[in-house]
Amino acid sequence: MLTMTDVEVGYGRTSVIHGVTVEVPPDGVVAVMGHNGAGKTTLLRAAVGLLPTRSGTITLDGEDVTGTAPHKRVRRGLAYVPQGQQSFGQMTTLENLQVVADGRARGAALVDEALDLFPALHGLLGRRAGLLSGGQRQQLAIARALVTEPRLLILDEPTEGIQPSVVAEIEQAILGLTRRGGLSVLLVEQHVGFALDAAGHYYVLASGRVTAEGTGGAGSVTDVRSAMAI
Amino acid sequence: MEIIVTQLFNGLSGGSILLLAALGLALTFGQMGVINMAHGEFIMAGAYTAYVTQNVLGSAGLSLFVSLPIAFVVGGLLGVVLEATLLRRMYHRPLDTLLVTWGVSLVLQQLARDVFGTAGVDVPAPSWLSGPVELLGFSFPRTRLFILALAVAAFVALALALRFTPLGRRIRATVQNRPLAETAGISTRATDRLTFFIGSGLAGVAGVALTLMGSISPNLGTSYIVDAFLVVVVGGVGQVRGAVIAAFVLGIVQSFLEYSTTASIAKVLVFALIVAFLQTRPQGIFAVRTRSLA
Ligand SMILES: Nc1ncnc2c1ncn2[C@@H]1O[C@H](COP(=O)(O)OP(=O)(O)O)[C@@H](O)[C@H]1O
Ligand SMILES: [Mg+2]
Repeated sequence: MLTMTDVEVGYGRTSVIHGVTVEVPPDGVVAVMGHNGAGKTTLLRAAVGLLPTRSGTITLDGEDVTGTAPHKRVRRGLAYVPQGQQSFGQMTTLENLQVVADGRARGAALVDEALDLFPALHGLLGRRAGLLSGGQRQQLAIARALVTEPRLLILDEPTEGIQPSVVAEIEQAILGLTRRGGLSVLLVEQHVGFALDAAGHYYVLASGRVTAEGTGGAGSVTDVRSAMAI
Repeated sequence: MEIIVTQLFNGLSGGSILLLAALGLALTFGQMGVINMAHGEFIMAGAYTAYVTQNVLGSAGLSLFVSLPIAFVVGGLLGVVLEATLLRRMYHRPLDTLLVTWGVSLVLQQLARDVFGTAGVDVPAPSWLSGPVELLGFSFPRTRLFILALAVAAFVALALALRFTPLGRRIRATVQNRPLAETAGISTRATDRLTFFIGSGLAGVAGVALTLMGSISPNLGTSYIVDAFLVVVVGGVGQVRGAVIAAFVLGIVQSFLEYSTTASIAKVLVFALIVAFLQTRPQGIFAVRTRSLA
């Protein structure tokens, strides 16, 4: 579904990601773990197209998208939930979903389906997104991503900084998505337990390099912990 | 009492002209961080569009309505060309855009001089706009009432379009969070271009309205661009409704000051008031409110 081959990414003159290769197979769930500052977000921004790659290639469904704009990658089935519960703060919850649904044949139905996943949003449709709680905004962000009918969902620390009562709800929703066919997931996550629960394959990133990788599942928890301890 | 009503009306009328000139700027400056000095020349182009349309059609009554949409498109196309050739490389670099568009505005003025001559030309108002409307013992010039109605209509149409149409949602999303809009599947480039088309098109509409106020000449735009920017800054950058309040308040204040002093002293006083206002409220009447980065 998505391959990033030997990519080099950075800001200004400094490189942050040094020759990383990551693959997300069709229908597969892949977790990327690593400490703060390891370069996880930078890697995802490159995957989405918000940051240019200095070298290396990115393909979606086997087609080279290395230089294409983010919205064109979205058209090819990629959806991205950035770190930090981002939303269009001055727009209402409903407008946040509509702006993505606009122009899609099944737009209204897609909004309803996305809302079914997070019933709590139903009562908040008229409220400005900037006034929602962090957890609600994250639910909105995931719902917004789903309205694009993605075949690849990219999530950057979806439960970071969210009140504990909502974390379980979001984790359940993500697990539900990973198990529904036709959707690949690339998940950046600090909670090793949850990440390996969800993922079929994992990568550990440190200082912009892949330092460990392997298959998901509870059996890998100690491997990942020791890889991250280095 | 009579003086108050008259000055109030003059103020509203002046404010409506300010609003027409500033509405498009509020969109392109406020929302895209582009200082477009050529906006005044887009107004001028709209005025000459009315002039040409009237010469082609021959009838003043019809040509006013025909020239409004044509001027919108003419202004819009000029804006899109400017955006595509120069400005798109300079978003959120106000000083660069200021210099570049100032150059463009000089070129456009010279172009107008070459085509239409230096002297002013008249675009006669249709007969149904001549003379005043008498109401409660006061008389209001019909042309000014028309401009007031046009300004209000333009604002309402813009506000409704921003609020309720898919394009309006895309524009607001792009303004609020450009990277998020891109990754939500919105082509922010296409949205920028359309925003510029609409903003510049509104300048064209303003130009048509100005033909009702007197003769037009190639430097028509220079007399409005500074006032229009003042409206945008006082209203609060990026706030269309702020521009409305600012335009009418400035129009009314200026009208009363002109009555009690002279036109040039009034201008100086208005400037001083604006400086004082921006000292206490640099963000303008309305500031963009956000709880977080979101
Ligand atoms: N906008 C930026 N400009 C410059 N450096 C940045 C920027 N964002 C992140 N970095 C740097 O890139 C490195 C990786 O950051 P990031 O990808 O956010 O890490 P992670 O998501 O794994 O915590 C850090 O050293 C960080 O300081
Ligand atoms: Mg991060």
